[in-house]
Amino acid sequence: MLSIKNLHVSVGDKPILKGINLEINAGEVHAIMGPNGSGKSTLSHVLSGKSGYTVTEGTVTYKGKDLLDMAPEIRAREGIFLAFQYPVEIPGVSNIYLLKAALNAMRIHQGLPEVDAFDFLTLVKDKVKLLEMDEKFLYRSVNEGFSGGEKKRNEILQAAILEPSMCILDETDSGLDIDALQVVAAGINSLRAADRSFLMITHYQRLLDYIKPDIVHVLADGRIVKTGGPELALELEEKGYSWVQEQVA
Amino acid sequence: MSAEQINSQYPAEYAKVEALLPGQSVSWLKTLREQALAFFSSHGFPSLREEEWRYTNVSAIEKKLFSPVVHDEIGALDVGSLDTYRLENAWTIVLVDGHFSAALSDLEGLPSSVRVLDMASALEQYPDELQKYFTQAVSYKQHGFVAFNAAWFTDGVFIHVPSKEVLSKPVQIIHVVTQADYMSNTRHIITIDKMAQAEVIETFIGCDDAYLSTAVTEVFVGENADLTLYKLQLEGEKAYHFAGTYVKQEANARFKHHNFAFGGLLARNDIRTDLGRASECELNGLYLGIKRQHIDNHTRINHLQPHAISRELYKGVLDQRARGVFQGRVVVAEYAQKTSSEMNNRNLLLSNDAEADTKPQLEIYADDVKCAHGVTVGQLDEKSIFYLQSRCVDEATARNMLTFAFANEMVFKIKIKNLHDQILEQLLARFPQEGIQQEWL
Repeated sequence: MLSIKNLHVSVGDKPILKGINLEINAGEVHAIMGPNGSGKSTLSHVLSGKSGYTVTEGTVTYKGKDLLDMAPEIRAREGIFLAFQYPVEIPGVSNIYLLKAALNAMRIHQGLPEVDAFDFLTLVKDKVKLLEMDEKFLYRSVNEGFSGGEKKRNEILQAAILEPSMCILDETDSGLDIDALQVVAAGINSLRAADRSFLMITHYQRLLDYIKPDIVHVLADGRIVKTGGPELALELEEKGYSWVQEQVA
Repeated sequence: MSAEQINSQYPAEYAKVEALLPGQSVSWLKTLREQALAFFSSHGFPSLREEEWRYTNVSAIEKKLFSPVVHDEIGALDVGSLDTYRLENAWTIVLVDGHFSAALSDLEGLPSSVRVLDMASALEQYPDELQKYFTQAVSYKQHGFVAFNAAWFTDGVFIHVPSKEVLSKPVQIIHVVTQADYMSNTRHIITIDKMAQAEVIETFIGCDDAYLSTAVTEVFVGENADLTLYKLQLEGEKAYHFAGTYVKQEANARFKHHNFAFGGLLARNDIRTDLGRASECELNGLYLGIKRQHIDNHTRINHLQPHAISRELYKGVLDQRARGVFQGRVVVAEYAQKTSSEMNNRNLLLSNDAEADTKPQLEIYADDVKCAHGVTVGQLDEKSIFYLQSRCVDEATARNMLTFAFANEMVFKIKIKNLHDQILEQLLARFPQEGIQQEWL
């Protein structure tokens, strides 16, 4: 699904990622953990095509294509979905319109006809229930005035409608209380499928209690310094990031 | 010819048509017109040297002698195109080249206690009553435009809603100017008595040539009364436009103003309100400037009494070589304790040649008040663009969506459905960007 080889990324003159190697196969759930400043968010931004980053070396291949060559919207239409750590408020654009515009742009890109208005509404209402959201949120401006938990649910709602192949979850657990975390995690778990992969970026082990990863990576100073099973996350929680950094040093 | 030479010709022109101006038999008005003309002769139109006009150069207006229009010179009008601006489910008054047209107006079904009539007729029927209103909200000495308007006005509208009367439909005043070099000067009095409610819409349209349109409106909102004014300025692209709206609010009165400034080459709005005890005002504005348009909005809110609330939000979208000017001044008098005031002006600059000049001013003399103001001038938010792109939307569409959404916030506030739709349609038609769709909202 996604193959990252020797990825080096700089912001200005400052190297942030210093040779990332990562293979994510279809259906796998990977977690990337790491201390603040290790480059976790940079990785999610580079994969989704945010500007301001320079790839100085390495390749990213997604479904056999050069991902880094694609505009952000093309990546999205090809099935890459980034759930933002801080979803952006867009006053004046309604949530339901954005959902429909996104789905149709994706369908047209894939050579499918635009979605029928009635089918769309049925689909959206189903997913809204799944995320225990109020239908009123559909008719409000995108994320405007939403609480932290509502914003994160809205991100997962978008994923549930777009049905991406590769979900990148950037600190999805941040700012969530335990109830909201459970709902969001249930939404994410319901999206798990044999043809869909996940890359979860998180500082804490907490999210992984609810969404079981297949593989856990530890990122430190722009490199993956350790890879293991779910037990690695527990070990990290117990010993702290300094444990990994000591091992590397 | 120099500006002074042009301005000095107006008195001679005035002498030619004076006898045809309404209210000739009304002595207080005759005096007012003469004083105003004398003030204009000595002051001319405002210059950049005046603080309130620092950013707006009106000298272009002084390069041309605009013609007053007397009745038999009223231009022909394409009634079909007029109808596109006429709102259904409203009482309509049409002023063509500054004169009331009975044939084009429709006041059928107006409650008999409510008076909506042209100013020329009102001056004949109620000269003494009108004296109580004229210049009470604004003196002709305010500046050259107000003086010019007072001297030259050919007609206007008088609206009186008696106490406890709630108008079931809005009143729409449509101003049309039909020909090059014409000037239309109109004067309006709107007075809403205790506990009454009304909505008034002013629409300004005109031909594609240069003309001058001025309108001065004095507004009186009685105790517990409620007035909403909508202004839709869609003047022709070479037009010069000045409109002044001066309001007096009694205790607990509510006044809302929605100001959409889309048209004209050079357009200036003055909006001022004096707030009574525990009264409320809301001033909303949206200006869209393209090409070489210059759009200036000056607002002033006077908190004279305690417990009053004012809310103000003006937004500007400026593209190509357009220039937008905003001045928002809030004055809180020493006696006006417990004032609550909030003022915001936000500008979106879409090109390197567009310009926004914004000047919020708070003058607070009381010590127990809550006042806030904020100003922004900027481009579209890159984070928002990326967010939309990450949701499959291409960059150009994302930019258009955000621009339109920014402006639409002001249209969204309009609760009269057909007026809302008309404003949205005008906004869509005027956006220089292509591919903007209404379905986004």
